[in-house]
Amino acid sequence: MLLKLEHVCKSYPKTETAVLWDVSLCVQSGEMVALTGESGSGKSTLLHLMGGLDTADSGSVEVQGTDMTRLNDGGRAALRRGVVGVIFQQFNLIPSLTAGANIDFQARLAGRFDPDLARTLADRLGLQDHLQKYPEQLSGGQQQRVAIARTLAARPQLVLADEPTGNLDEASADTVFALLCELVADFGAGLVLVTHSERLASRLTRRLNLRAGQLT
Amino acid sequence: MTWVILSALLRHWWRNPLQLFTLLAGLGLGTGLWTGVQAINAEARASYDAGAASLDQGGIAQLTAQNGVIDQSTYIALRRAGWIVSPIIEGKLGDVTLIGIDPLTAPRGFGASFGQDGADLAAFLTGAGQIFAAQETLPLLPETGAARLIANDIAAYTAVTDIGLAQQLLDRRDQIDRLLVAADQPLTQRPLQVVAPHLTMTQTTASNDVGRLTDSFHLNLTAFGLLSFVVGLFIVQGAIGLAFEQRRQMVRTLRALGAPMRRLIILIAIELSLLGLVAGAIGVAIGYFIAAALIGDVAATLRGLYGAEVSGTMTLRPSWLFSGMAMALGGTAMAAGGALWSLARMPLLASGQPRAWVIARNRKGLFFMSAGLLALSGALAIWGQGLILGFLMLGALLIGAALGLPPLLAAALQLGARFARRPLVQWFWADSYQQLPGLSLALMALMLAMSANVGVSTMVSSFRLTFTGFLDQRLASELYISASDDAQAQAIMDTVADRVRVILPILSTDQTIADLPATVYGARDDATYRDNWQFLQSVDGVWDILARGQGVLINEQLFRRAGLDLGSMVTVTSDLTLPVLGIYGDYGNPVGQVILTQSLFQRQFPTVTALRFGLRLDASQVAPLRAMLRDDLGVAETAMIDQAAIKSLSLSVFERTFAVTSALNILTLTVAGFAMLMSLLTLAAMRLPQLAPVWALGLTRRRLAVLELVRALVLAALTGALALPLGLALAWALLAVVNVEAFGWRLPMYLFPIDYLRLGGLALIAAGLAALWPAWRLSKMPPVTLLGVFRNER
Amino acid sequence: MNVRVLCLLLWMPWQAMAQGFAGLGMTAGDFDQPQLGNMLTFPADHGAHPSYRIEWWYLTANLTGPDGTAYGVQWTLFRSALAPVEGQGWQSPQLWMGHAAVTTPDAHFIAERLARGGIGQAGVTVAPFAAWIDDWALQGPDFSTLRMTASGVNFAYDLGLRANGPLVLHGQGGYSVKSGAGQASYYYSQPFFDVAGTLTLPSGQVAVTGQAWLDHEWSSQPLAQDQTGWDWFSLSFETGEKMMGFVLRGDQDYTAATWINADGTAEAMPDGAFVAQSLDRHSVASHEVPTKWRVQLPMRGLDVIVSALNPDTWMATSVPYWEGPVTISCSHRGVGYLEMTGYDQ
Repeated sequence: MLLKLEHVCKSYPKTETAVLWDVSLCVQSGEMVALTGESGSGKSTLLHLMGGLDTADSGSVEVQGTDMTRLNDGGRAALRRGVVGVIFQQFNLIPSLTAGANIDFQARLAGRFDPDLARTLADRLGLQDHLQKYPEQLSGGQQQRVAIARTLAARPQLVLADEPTGNLDEASADTVFALLCELVADFGAGLVLVTHSERLASRLTRRLNLRAGQLT
Repeated sequence: MTWVILSALLRHWWRNPLQLFTLLAGLGLGTGLWTGVQAINAEARASYDAGAASLDQGGIAQLTAQNGVIDQSTYIALRRAGWIVSPIIEGKLGDVTLIGIDPLTAPRGFGASFGQDGADLAAFLTGAGQIFAAQETLPLLPETGAARLIANDIAAYTAVTDIGLAQQLLDRRDQIDRLLVAADQPLTQRPLQVVAPHLTMTQTTASNDVGRLTDSFHLNLTAFGLLSFVVGLFIVQGAIGLAFEQRRQMVRTLRALGAPMRRLIILIAIELSLLGLVAGAIGVAIGYFIAAALIGDVAATLRGLYGAEVSGTMTLRPSWLFSGMAMALGGTAMAAGGALWSLARMPLLASGQPRAWVIARNRKGLFFMSAGLLALSGALAIWGQGLILGFLMLGALLIGAALGLPPLLAAALQLGARFARRPLVQWFWADSYQQLPGLSLALMALMLAMSANVGVSTMVSSFRLTFTGFLDQRLASELYISASDDAQAQAIMDTVADRVRVILPILSTDQTIADLPATVYGARDDATYRDNWQFLQSVDGVWDILARGQGVLINEQLFRRAGLDLGSMVTVTSDLTLPVLGIYGDYGNPVGQVILTQSLFQRQFPTVTALRFGLRLDASQVAPLRAMLRDDLGVAETAMIDQAAIKSLSLSVFERTFAVTSALNILTLTVAGFAMLMSLLTLAAMRLPQLAPVWALGLTRRRLAVLELVRALVLAALTGALALPLGLALAWALLAVVNVEAFGWRLPMYLFPIDYLRLGGLALIAAGLAALWPAWRLSKMPPVTLLGVFRNER
Repeated sequence: MNVRVLCLLLWMPWQAMAQGFAGLGMTAGDFDQPQLGNMLTFPADHGAHPSYRIEWWYLTANLTGPDGTAYGVQWTLFRSALAPVEGQGWQSPQLWMGHAAVTTPDAHFIAERLARGGIGQAGVTVAPFAAWIDDWALQGPDFSTLRMTASGVNFAYDLGLRANGPLVLHGQGGYSVKSGAGQASYYYSQPFFDVAGTLTLPSGQVAVTGQAWLDHEWSSQPLAQDQTGWDWFSLSFETGEKMMGFVLRGDQDYTAATWINADGTAEAMPDGAFVAQSLDRHSVASHEVPTKWRVQLPMRGLDVIVSALNPDTWMATSVPYWEGPVTISCSHRGVGYLEMTGYDQ
């Protein structure tokens, strides 16, 4: 089992109601899951828990059989480097590195850098002419594609994407989304994608809907 | 992984050279200011020591003859009787004082070092001989056939040679002026009274009244050192804080991509240490040049103090080199420690947007911290004892006040906003308010620099006013003479009686007063005293009561240490107890003093006779009288003190102190101005989202730039307004607390409003210059850059 | 450079020039050189020889206190000339240095004096004999009846000396060869002094008796350039016989010895006859110094162990060296003095 959440609860200080309440779910390798729900339903929080960016108050979050709630910061960081790749809604590129260096960065960090793969990814994402540019010189769509390439270059087994196309116009969003799905499929990885676009959600293999912190 | 993270961190500086420059320059300048002052301090201290230990024989006991000259056979007789003594002869060779020594017997530790290379004892002792003197002095020496060699640590107008050659050149064969007595003497030796009954032993002490003046110069430099340390610390804090803020987002991204927090923090610490080292090295170099530029003034000051030429060149001293690096690294560690701590606790998902400085944001916390420190400072001022606590109090005062600056400025800006009517003015106040956190540290540094300047200038100026007044009072007589014995005293009295207006005998004896060591003086009732003496406190008609023998005067030291107030009874001897009539300032004296009338003194201490006299005469007659006393009565030059000479010496000390002080003033302000420039430059980029809408609403870039400039000036003016009371508090602390603890006397504080205005003007100029470049950049900013704000906005 | 350093340089030129111990290997220049066959004449030769570069009057004494405690006493006057002439007043190129020491089994007191010639602070006169520097003196009506005084910060002594034997001339009639290259000095001894007097120590005064050995030696270049120091022995045996022997350490060690019979007749031993072998090294003042020796003179059946009474008798003077009393055991028994130079590098 690639990802298994059991009875996960999460609440934030100064809020009375829980953000997530008794959430349990599984994701298999090769599965592409859409996570939908209204704003504030807890989608992003759930995704953050899956990526070890945040910790659950109770319950367990297992990635490849490792319970992340039992890991310390270093252990969760190692999991992010090795197994999980997160693509943010904000592009989160490192501004002082070129697009090419950004793509290579996470793979280098994980110690799995493969120049051919990075080049292939850049080509398929149409970035080959922009590798020497700095993030500030790229358009929003280009930046998001760099972020996707960066995540996939590290060959994660689980890709978590938080509205990766939220900042793009419909046409670019479709292109980027299609590319993401295609690449994840090629890698045989699992994908959990947060979106509130019905159109995109419907194109994935499975769909989970959150409402007020609970799966429906 | 380590390398990948480190290179990403370092790439940040590559892409943002201005930020790197800001960091290095901030750290470097803070360190440089501190190092420079330290270097001057170390150099000055070393020079004092050289001056004191030079051929001054400070601290070495001496044997002198009553008639001034010791026969060489007496020297040999003493040596053969087991006395470890060393001969010195001294005389004028043209304009130069030639000192002859015997290197084989000179006591350990005596004598300036001379002759760096090629020292050749044979050449020094035999043949045509060698004469050592400072470079400037050498040309003044007449041609004697002796080799003339440079030794820059010998006092100006002084030359050192072998005693044999000196006797020859001075035409004083077999004569010696005095014998230095080694500290360690053999177990068996024949008594001095038997071997050389006509010689008297005197223990010279390293400090004398004029020498104490150097302490004031020291205190001045030390205070400046401390202040520059605090100013430097704030600038370093600002630079480091900025470096962290600029990279918060990057740190967050790195963590999200799987870089472990612990490793990240260690790497940032290493990176900053490296930068700290580089900046420290730059700072030490800057400090070196600051010091080298100012050391000429310091050397001149010391020349004034000792009439001695100390080398005007710098030597690299490990002490300030080390303290400079410690300042850079320690300052970095202090600043980075807090920032790393907050970084470590920053939730991974917190906003990565720069938040300006956390420290400056928490206004309420700052306010309480400031209030606490100021309260501590006040408590220390009231109840603290000792010099360390005095400086601690200064530190608490400065930092407390600095931390209080942001809340006070914020209040002032909010007040401005409340009274603003026009929308643009309203926006101006509100925007300034919003910008405040980012500028806080630079403004704190500016305030500290200003108040340091106000404080130290006030101290030095007060010192000068007080001291010159004191000198006028104490050195009222034109010439002071010390006789070696009663016979010479009588001879002097007889000789000068019809050549001077008044002879004021100085009768004194050491007594224990109120369990403290003190000197009791007998003073003749004379207009000289009545006209010139000023009291810190006195009863009415003090001189008349004193003349009737119904009271005494005491100095401030006794007043403070023994707690004797006006009217307190002072037991002078077991059968003489009199009330205190007046308390006078006695700057530079370590022990207490009591003054009685001459008649009362003579009745109490009938065996004490006057060996010292003050002579009142026309200033023009001083030089001939001196010459006559020297030639006819054999009074040593050192036994005659010319009032005018001492006064001009003292004044030149102050002039020099001023020169150094004002140079440091401008320097600290420059550094503070630079810190402000760096902050403004950094903020300029962050502020685009705030400026762009205003621009879009129809304000020209030029107008915006002018407003930026005005804002800097307004903030600087507000800061300056707050710096003035802080500076005055600082001056008060230096004069009334630190000085009392250090020297035992309190200096009255004088105010110098014109100086403060000038300083305020300088601060405004510094702030204006700092704001000029960012403002100019704004006025020239391409519209597309401003538009980018809208394009990028999510 | 401090004046103190200046004079150290004078007395320690080997540090700058690396020419033997105490500059004794410096070339003689204008100075006179010892000549073989020159007869020594007394009392004139008891005095100073200013035309030679270096000269010393060296007195060592092995003494015993009332409780049997052994003491050693040293009194030395060195003369060092900057030029081979005597001058008047401060212009004199003759410089003087005095070393004095008292050694007890567990303490060592030393003092040093420096003086200029020509002004009366130090010097040597022949009749009556007087050698002095400051208040230190070795003086008497003639060379065989002397009073020896010295004082330092923590000690003093006042000793009477009476000779009960003749002067002993070393080498060939006082011409003592110091190296294979022919360096030599004039060298004679008075090893037959009986001593009685008082030591003043921090613990109080001690009455002492014993015997003393005086050396007088002068030269201009006594060491070859490669010679870095020497080990010098003056040994008095219970049989009444005495021996002076030294090893000059160089590329090739050079040894010489004088065997002195109880009646004062003496025989010089050739290079190699005298053998001294260091046994123990002792660390003193951070120098490694051999303070125990096996000393042999096979021609006289001598094979003894010489060991220091107090191995810490380092002379931390301008020219540092080791000098102290020794005891003798094995084939012969007795006391003596050992001087070792050149161990401070």
